[in-house]
Amino acid sequence: MTTSMTTAAAESTPDPHEPRAAGTPAAPHRARPAATRDRKRLPHTPLNPRRSVPLTLLTGLVLVYTLLPLAWLVINATKSQRGLLDSFGLWFADDFNLWDNITRTLTYDDGVFVRWLLNTLLYVAAGAGGATVLAVLGGYALAKYDFPGRKAVFAVVIGAVAVPGTALAVPTFLMFSNMGLTNTPWAVIIPSLISPFGLYLMWVFAAEAVPTELLEAARIDGSGELRTFFTIALPLLVPGTVTVLLFSMVATWNNYFLPLIMIKDPDWYPLTLGLNAWNAQAQTAGGEAVFDLIVTGSLLTIVPIVAVFLLLQRYWQSGLAAGSVKE
Amino acid sequence: MGWGFAGPFVAVFGLVFLAPIGYAGYLSLFQDRLIGGTSFVGLDNYGEALTDPRFWDGLMRVGLFLLVQVPVMLGIALLAALAIDSGRLYGKTFFRVSIFLPYAVPAVVASLIWGFMYGNQFGLVGNINDAFGVTLPDPLSPSLVLASIGNIVTWEFVGYNMLIFYSALKVVPRSLYEAAAIDGAGEWRIVTSVKLPAIRSALVIATIFSIIGSFQLFNEPSILQKLAPNAITNDLTPNLYTYSLSFSGQQHNYAATVAIVMGVITAIIAYAVQLRGMRKG
Repeated sequence: MTTSMTTAAAESTPDPHEPRAAGTPAAPHRARPAATRDRKRLPHTPLNPRRSVPLTLLTGLVLVYTLLPLAWLVINATKSQRGLLDSFGLWFADDFNLWDNITRTLTYDDGVFVRWLLNTLLYVAAGAGGATVLAVLGGYALAKYDFPGRKAVFAVVIGAVAVPGTALAVPTFLMFSNMGLTNTPWAVIIPSLISPFGLYLMWVFAAEAVPTELLEAARIDGSGELRTFFTIALPLLVPGTVTVLLFSMVATWNNYFLPLIMIKDPDWYPLTLGLNAWNAQAQTAGGEAVFDLIVTGSLLTIVPIVAVFLLLQRYWQSGLAAGSVKE
Repeated sequence: MGWGFAGPFVAVFGLVFLAPIGYAGYLSLFQDRLIGGTSFVGLDNYGEALTDPRFWDGLMRVGLFLLVQVPVMLGIALLAALAIDSGRLYGKTFFRVSIFLPYAVPAVVASLIWGFMYGNQFGLVGNINDAFGVTLPDPLSPSLVLASIGNIVTWEFVGYNMLIFYSALKVVPRSLYEAAAIDGAGEWRIVTSVKLPAIRSALVIATIFSIIGSFQLFNEPSILQKLAPNAITNDLTPNLYTYSLSFSGQQHNYAATVAIVMGVITAIIAYAVQLRGMRKG
């Protein structure tokens, strides 16, 4: 399972650090033209298909669909409030206001946007970081130890994947409210700590990536369980860990429902709630219509997470591959 | 020793998953009245939920929503995955990354972008109306708002599902395609007879996740509500209803009951889809 999964990731994004798949020798530069020529002489088969312009154009429609709203966002973040209302949505207005918009977004209302950004970073660091730590430890335990209740833990957690998250929200809110945790960062961080999908992913990954014989050998050498984990298992678990971290980061960065019910004080809002509040203000009669700030703020909100996602994209795929071959 | 590693996860899991479920069950057995305070009412709340038209109408709406939106989204995702996997596209990495990109966009931002584009103030619909002197139907009107939400959800998750399918296709042994080609199977025949059966479990899982997601529909309508207050009522979806019951109406006990009923219905349908999906295989 994991072998094929890593191969898939390696094929899709050639990475100089990735060990080459068997059968593709590390070809020196001179060999490349020859290989290309060989390939051209081969007939087109299902393994070596001909590129198709019509198919590319057809799939391009999906591409236009996914990119159009993002293009709209980038274009409109360069417009002033006036330009926003007067010019065509998919082209630039006469004035270029992007830098001015960014400055105003960051300084509006005493820089509340920066405060929301810092809150988001806190929730992501504590929530997603903590979720990853718990998932790695738990997945490793499920994969490599036989302990009483192991099967039950697994069954309950997998069952929990199917529990609609929002069904839990109201009782969680009431519980946290009784505990005095609502309206504090804890109310957002603690529920973010659990990722059933992350645990499952780490379990699958640890089962394949950490050879049990290696752990046995370390034990025979007198290494304690903790030391074995940190020195032997953890380095082998790094790719899976990065995948789980990425999923948790996006989930926490984009979280809306949980903070919406838990946080009433705008000082503790994450970016998502802040943008929502600006939008509510702009739609209210008498509220200052800050559409330019909402658009620019939306762009600023997605830039960091899109950057992280693009830089580490091959981990996404390996994670989803592991998830989809479950059975 | 296994418990030492699994312990932290299990402890927090108990606090944020099991305890709330238990607490919701407990709450659902009581009623809180202005006069008389809290009293034990047995299953009365369930009786009320099962005959509550606002709940059932919402459930029917998300049911209709998922019957249309899930097949459309998964269909586009599957076609895109097959196209990218076929090796017949120019720039296939660019395709893969760009189609997946919306998944990284928060629901709030996605709903705001589309909401503005739908709008006739400075949206594309307004632009088109001005440019061509036409009056397009308002995407934020009561009759179209569900379709407009469906479009946002499709946009957000089409790439995620595409990548699930593509990852599953990637691990299908290529020799199967060659064998089928030697047997004279055309490309479309290879898709229907080799590729689709090979990624069956990915299809089932994506369907289940999409169904669960549809039943939970909340974020997009909740954000669009400010742009279309007349079209999006507080009981458009069961989750909006639960939310308004408990946070505007302070009917916590009844809200907990509705949430449980909704959770049970979701679990039953997800389980049924899984059974059916696996049986054919």
